Formats: sequence, C-alpha cells, structure tokens
Amino acid sequence: MSVDLGVSTATWEHLSNQAIAAAGIVYFLALVSHLVEWSALRTVPVKATARTAVPASATTGGPPSVPEAPAVEHAGPDESTRFRIAMFGNLALQLTIIAAAAHFVGLFARAEAAQRVPWGNMYEFTISGSFVVAAGYLLLRKRFGLAWMGPIVTSMVLILLMVAVLWLYAPVEPLTEALRSYWLVVHVMSAMIATGAFTLGGITSALYLVRARAERRGTMREQGYVARLPALATLDRVSYRIHAFAFPVWTFAVLISGPIWAHEAWASYWNWDPKEVCAFITWVVYAAYLHARATAGWRGRNAAILALVGVATLWFNFIGINYFSTTSQHSYASGAPAISLRDR
Amino acid sequence: MSDVRTDESDESEESEESGETGAWRPSGDRDHHRRAGELTAVELLRWGWRQLTSMRTALVLLLLLALGAIPGSVIPQSGVDALKTQNWQAAHPHLTPIYQKLSLFAVYHSPWFAAIYLLLMVSLVGCIVPRLVVYWRGYRKQPPVAPRNLTRLPDSTSYTTDEEPDAVLERAQRQLSRGNRVATGDGWVSAERGQLREAGNLLFHLSVLVVLVGFGIGSLFGYKGGVILVVGNGFSNQLTQYDDFDPGSLFDAAKMEPFCFTVHDFKVQWIDSGPRQGLARGFQAPLSYRTDCGSDPSPQLSYDLRVNHPLKIGGTQIFLIGHGYAPVITVRDAQGHRLTNGPTVFLPESSDFESFGVVKASGRQPGKDIGLEGLFYPTFAAVHGQPINVMGQLNNPTISMLAYVGDLGLNGGVSQSIYAMDKAGMTQLKKPNGKVFRVDLRPHETVQLPNGAGSVTFSGIRQWTRLQISRTPDVWLTLLGVVLALVGLLGSLFIRPRRVWVRARRRDGTTLVEVAALDRSGGGDLVPVLSSVVESLRTPSSKGQEGARG
Ligand code: HEM
Repeated sequence: MSVDLGVSTATWEHLSNQAIAAAGIVYFLALVSHLVEWSALRTVPVKATARTAVPASATTGGPPSVPEAPAVEHAGPDESTRFRIAMFGNLALQLTIIAAAAHFVGLFARAEAAQRVPWGNMYEFTISGSFVVAAGYLLLRKRFGLAWMGPIVTSMVLILLMVAVLWLYAPVEPLTEALRSYWLVVHVMSAMIATGAFTLGGITSALYLVRARAERRGTMREQGYVARLPALATLDRVSYRIHAFAFPVWTFAVLISGPIWAHEAWASYWNWDPKEVCAFITWVVYAAYLHARATAGWRGRNAAILALVGVATLWFNFIGINYFSTTSQHSYASGAPAISLRDR
Repeated sequence: MSDVRTDESDESEESEESGETGAWRPSGDRDHHRRAGELTAVELLRWGWRQLTSMRTALVLLLLLALGAIPGSVIPQSGVDALKTQNWQAAHPHLTPIYQKLSLFAVYHSPWFAAIYLLLMVSLVGCIVPRLVVYWRGYRKQPPVAPRNLTRLPDSTSYTTDEEPDAVLERAQRQLSRGNRVATGDGWVSAERGQLREAGNLLFHLSVLVVLVGFGIGSLFGYKGGVILVVGNGFSNQLTQYDDFDPGSLFDAAKMEPFCFTVHDFKVQWIDSGPRQGLARGFQAPLSYRTDCGSDPSPQLSYDLRVNHPLKIGGTQIFLIGHGYAPVITVRDAQGHRLTNGPTVFLPESSDFESFGVVKASGRQPGKDIGLEGLFYPTFAAVHGQPINVMGQLNNPTISMLAYVGDLGLNGGVSQSIYAMDKAGMTQLKKPNGKVFRVDLRPHETVQLPNGAGSVTFSGIRQWTRLQISRTPDVWLTLLGVVLALVGLLGSLFIRPRRVWVRARRRDGTTLVEVAALDRSGGGDLVPVLSSVVESLRTPSSKGQEGARG
C-alpha cells in the first residue's frame, strides 16, 4: 500500500484532510444540483416523463418503470424545464464522481500518512465506509438504475463526512500490535464493503416501504419524489440483489476472516465479545431477510422491514458498541491498553 | 405488489397452507386429505413436524435466535469478562437474582438459548433431508413440459412469422441448448438452467450443520486458560499452573499435552514520537520449550513469541496477550527479618502502564502482617504536586503505596485474590503528625515504616507476560464448514435458475411463436432474456408483426 514519494507524514495527513473537506464540499454541490433537478421535475407529472421505449414485452415486472435517469425525452410542456432537469441531473452525477475521486484521494493520503490501511479508528472507518457507499452507488447506478438514489446517497455521505470530521476526527497514529495482521486488513475491508452495500440496500428497502405506503394510502402525488421511484417490484428486486451481494461478503467478514484473525490475536476464534455477538445478530437478521423473500406472507413489506432491522443492527454495532460497551476488544473509541488484559 | 415470481409464489403459498411443497422445493410427498376431527396422534405428530420444518417456522426461529443473542451483547457475561460481571452484579442487587434465574449472565450456555438453536437444527435437518432426496431424484429429470398458454405467464412475448413451426422449434432447440438442458415435445421446446442453485443452497444449509458440530466439539472438549508469568519463570502444562482456566464441559485434564516452557526475556518496542509517544508497540517474548517434559523429556526448542504469532505445540497454542511490570519489593519486620521476596505482579490500569498492586507480607507473629497497596509508575513525574505517569517506559520507575499492619487473614483457609487486600483486620499506618504515610520509593531505596513496624525496600523490577493457552480440537472442521457454507451461499445467491419455453403453431396462415421465461431466484430481469431469445429465433427473412401482451 505504501509508496515512497518522499513526502512526509504530516504532508500526507494534511493532504488527506483537505481532500476530505473538498469531497464534502463537492458532495454538497452535487446534492444541491440534485435538489434543483428534482424540484424542476416536480413541475412535470410523472407520466409525462416516463419513457415509452420499454423493450418488446411490456408485461414483465422486471424493467424499471422509471427509466435510468429521470428521463426527459417526453418531458411535457416546457423546453427550459426539460433543459434544467437534464442539465442538473447530469451535473449532479459529474459532481458526485468528482467528490468520490476526492474522497478516494483523502483515503489514499490517509493511508500514506499512517503507512497502513486507513481504518484504525472511528474517523477512518467512517470516511472509508461512506466512500464505499458512494462508490457502490456510482458503480451500480447504471446496472440497477439507481439514479433516483442520487439525492439520498449524496446527502447521506455528506452527513457521514461531516460527522466524521466534526466529531470523530483523530490524528494519524500507528496501529497497536494486535491490529497489525493481514487477516485484519481482509476482515475490515470486507466488513466495510458489506456495510456500504447493506446501507445501499437499506435505502432501497426504506424507499420500498415509503412507496408501498403511499400506494396503499393513495397519497402518492403525481409530481413527487415517491412517484418517481421505480415500481415496487423493481425496488424489491434491486434491494434483493444488493443484499445478495452484501450477505456473502458479510459472511466472509464476520464468520471467516474475523474468527481467523481473532484466533491469531486472542487465542480463540469466537469469544462472544459484544461486537462479535452484534455482527452475528446482523448476520442472522439478513439470513432471515433472505428467507423472508421465499416465505409466503413475508415477501415484500416484511422482508423490507427485516432489511431495515439489519441495517439498524449493523450501524448500532459500529456506533453503539464502540461507545457503550467497555468489554469489547474491538473498541476503537477508547484508548484500550496496548495489548489488553482480558479475564482480569 | 406485483410479484415477479408468480409461479414460485403460488407454489410456496400453497406449501405454507398445506404443508406440502411444490415440485421445485418439495419437502416430501405427503397426503393432506384429511377431514376435520379426524386428527389421530400420528397425524398430530406429522402436523407438528410439518409446522416445525416449514419455512415460516425457520424464519421465526432465526429471528428468535437473533433476539436471544441480544442480552449477551448488553449484559456482561461471566464467561467473557468475569470481573465486569461481578461488578455489575454488585451494583444491581435486585436484578441479579432474576437475571441469574434467566441465565442472563451466561446466555450462550443457557437452556433457552440451546432450545432455540436445537429447534433450528431439527428444523434444518427436517427441511434439508427431504429436499436433498427430491433434488437427487429430480436432477436427471427432463425439463418440464411447456405450459399450455405461454402468454399467460408474466414474462412472455410473441410474434408471428412465415416460417414453418418445425423450423422455428428446431432453431429454438439448437439455440437454447447452449448452457441449458432442453426438452422438446409436440409444438414446444423447454429449456432449463441453473439447477446448481438448489445444490448451492443445500450445501450451504448442510455446512451450517457442520459448523455447529465443529463449534460444539471445540467448545465441549477444548479449554482456554491464562497465566501471568514473570520473565525468567517456567511453566508446565498442568491445571494447577493456570491462573484462570475455562474448560469445555467434556474436557479431560488427562489429555493435556505435557509440554513446558520458560520465558527468558520480554522486549518492548516503544513509540518515541507522535501522538502515541510512550506507548508500547512491538512485543517479543523469547522462550524455550519442550514438547514433552515427562520422565523422558524431548529436546529443547526455542521460539520468539509475538502478538499475532502464537506458538503451536501439538494441538495447543500459546498466545502472548499482555504484559506488565512486577516490582521486587522487600518487606522486613521490626527485627529485620525478611518477610517477602521476589517480584509482585502489578496490573496495568491504563495504556501508559501505571499499574496497581498489592504486597502481602505475613508476619512472624499473628497480628504483625504488613500489607502494601498502591501504584507503580514506570516514568514518574510530579506536576503541581500531583503524581502522574508519563509513559510506559522505565524512565523514572517509582512506587507509591499505602502501608497497613495487622491481620491479613491469610491463615483463614479462604483463598484470596493476590490482587486485593482484605483490610478488615488491618490498620493504616500514619506519620507521627497524623498524616497518611506513603511508601514512595525509587529502585534500591529503603524506607522505615512508622512506629518501628519494619522497612520496605524497592529492590528491582522484573517484567511479566500474560499468556493465553488454549486447545480447540477440530478447528479445521469448523473452518471447512464456514468455507463450504460460503461456497454454497455464492452458488445459491448468484446462480439464476431459469426456464425458457417456446411454443410455435400455425394460425391463420402464419406461424405464431410464443416465448416465455421464468426466473426462480427472484433476482433476475427477464426482459433482456426474452428479447435475446426472440432475437435469436427470428431470421432476417421472418417478417411479421410483433405483439407484446398486456
Ligand atoms: C441455521 C439456520 C439457517 C440459516 C442460517 C439459513 C440461511 C439461509 C440463507 C442465507 C439463505 C439464502 C440463500 C438463498 O437465497 O438461496 C437461505 C435460503 C433458504 N433456506 Fe435457510 N437457513 C437456515 C435454516 C433453514 C431451515 C430450517 C429451512 C427449512 C425450513 C430453510 C430453508 C431455506 C430455503 C428453502 C431457502 C431458499 C430460499 C430461496 O429459494 O430463496 N433454511 N437460508
């Protein structure tokens, strides 16, 4: 990971901080563009923008009923509105890409400053995790038609970065001995990827619930954001596919690489440490989610609720356990003794 | 909700209601033609079994497992952190008995937790075994006959052409046989792929069982123990040598491996700069060991024990998990008799190794015991009269302790912690002016206790290492289980079982071709599939109008 460019630790750290700040600003601009885009869209009823060029068989529940990007081919009345929508949608995407690039530079510089992978504490874990969310969104955007997620992802990443910079910031420090292990790198990397993906899946499931509720109550407004979300079946499917990706990664992180590392560092591969228990709970909840999708009466709404429970346990594990539990050996939040004295 | 998986949902809908599963995911072919009131004991059993092995029960049990695991992450567990549990219990005298009844301090060994996972296991076996049988039988079967009315399926399309139906079907068969198993019949072609998904799913669920068996063996027959060893001292692998020992319920002490070892040194690499200056970073404990220290000892070997680099002796592993200082404090009584000798282990209280310890010196006469209790500072400094510790390195080692005389209660037959003093029979020593007397010493210094009670000498400093020694039989089984589970899971989640059907028939002088597809995983988008099938079926010559249903 480390490249010797003859730059000092302090410089790298400084660069990292600036890149993260820049990324935050650009995410903010992307969010603003999204807001302009969607507020312009509000003036246009959904039907006017729906793309008619859906492939041959229009009968399937498969294709997104709202196109890839809030499309404007048939945007109704107003030329300038159409232009605004297209331009700001595009601008938001470009800005998000730039922001993610800056975000990556921030991570890279942090890694160079610390001479190790950038996830030694909560600050680093948060900036890395939010990067995974942003990168996952950008990578899957086309494939799963996630354009509608833009405003949510940009605001979420922005908030995470703000929290990280304002409350969690910690200067670069070397890892304690027990944390210096290849398995830990693999473990944390996979945990982080899964966390990012589960978060995206959680967003999809939440929107599924929002849309399902609006449909049930008949409160969906013609121009609203909710009306522009993909059809329920599509949301459900996209959500499933994201979870289907995240679940094996989480399985690997929590039940394979984690225990292997724990075994090397603490002599036993499963310690029922609060963090492990919580990760296990998350795993079981997502297994239940996958089951729910195959169980009559649990599909759809209940499955989506389970997915949200899963995200809740996931984030509680990350934030809550670090702050509230003192027995956790994973404690990032407190300066635990260099190598800990357990059982005493 | 418009369901993509109509076909499948119908199947499982039915399976939930009747307990019988459709062709794809059957759990056995049982009859369910029963009139009300005709419930015999056998039928009741069957009914119960069917409930237990149903998908819904599995789901509920999974959720219960998740719920049941929560208390263990919130309430301190005696198996994880005994000290913390004791403190918690002391602080909550009213809740403690209730919690104890509910086994909330040992959730993962409690009967109710066991009940959940045992039920889940039974359910799993009851679910998997019949499905294995069905899968095995069905694997070599032909793909099913195409449904009569393809355009009724949610994912379907049709077009007309001038070609003969046979030509279309023949082409369909050729095209679809790539990566599919294909069956043909009168006027239809049926193709199926992705049967390995079910295999993956079965492998996953079977592996979950393997993991549980492996985990069970490990925790029943294994043990985990810890010992604090002052550098220079030896250890031989016997129960009595451990400070704490946590055996599995079927552990047999006679099977402990007869090794022994001696820690020769302990080296710490200190961080000299940066925000973590003064903290420890790299650790090394060179030791020498013999795999057999019995009457016929094996040759001596040596190893550099480090964090994350355990020493393996046979099936037992030795881990370096902690270290600290053991000041050598010599206590003499009024007559100058030496009451203590050797190092006392002090436990670090923070990452800078400010450590707490107790010295117990039993006197030559009753009531003349001397006790010391206090702190050890590796690098002592006084800031505005307040003692502080600067770092973990030994730059200005100092002890600062309170002294007591009286009866330590060492002869009461009750075993005492060596890290705490029972002060019931002790009186604290004061200076003649009534102020608290402190033993503040640097190495090789001596202080006389007030009232001629004796003297204390800080003779030197040793280091100690905390070692964790554990044996987990058959770890490989658990590891194999999780790896297989992951493989099965990948197959189960990423293989997309899919059926494609083509029907062609003559109608009104042209040929009507109908194509339908069915995704069984619920994750696939069939639109591109349908269009590519249609694409491959239509030759440039075939003109005709395309009709999409709906
Ligand atoms: C230890 C408990 C269990 C765990 C951790 C577990 C986990 C999982 C996971 C992660 C999946 C998703 C894989 C996929 O979608 O194919 C799955 C699917 C499935 N499980 Fe389980 N399971 C457990 C117990 C059971 C039991 C008791 C049954 C029987 C009732 C069962 C029946 C199924 C079925 C039929 C599927 C396939 C669902 C589908 O086609 O989407 N599982 N299980």
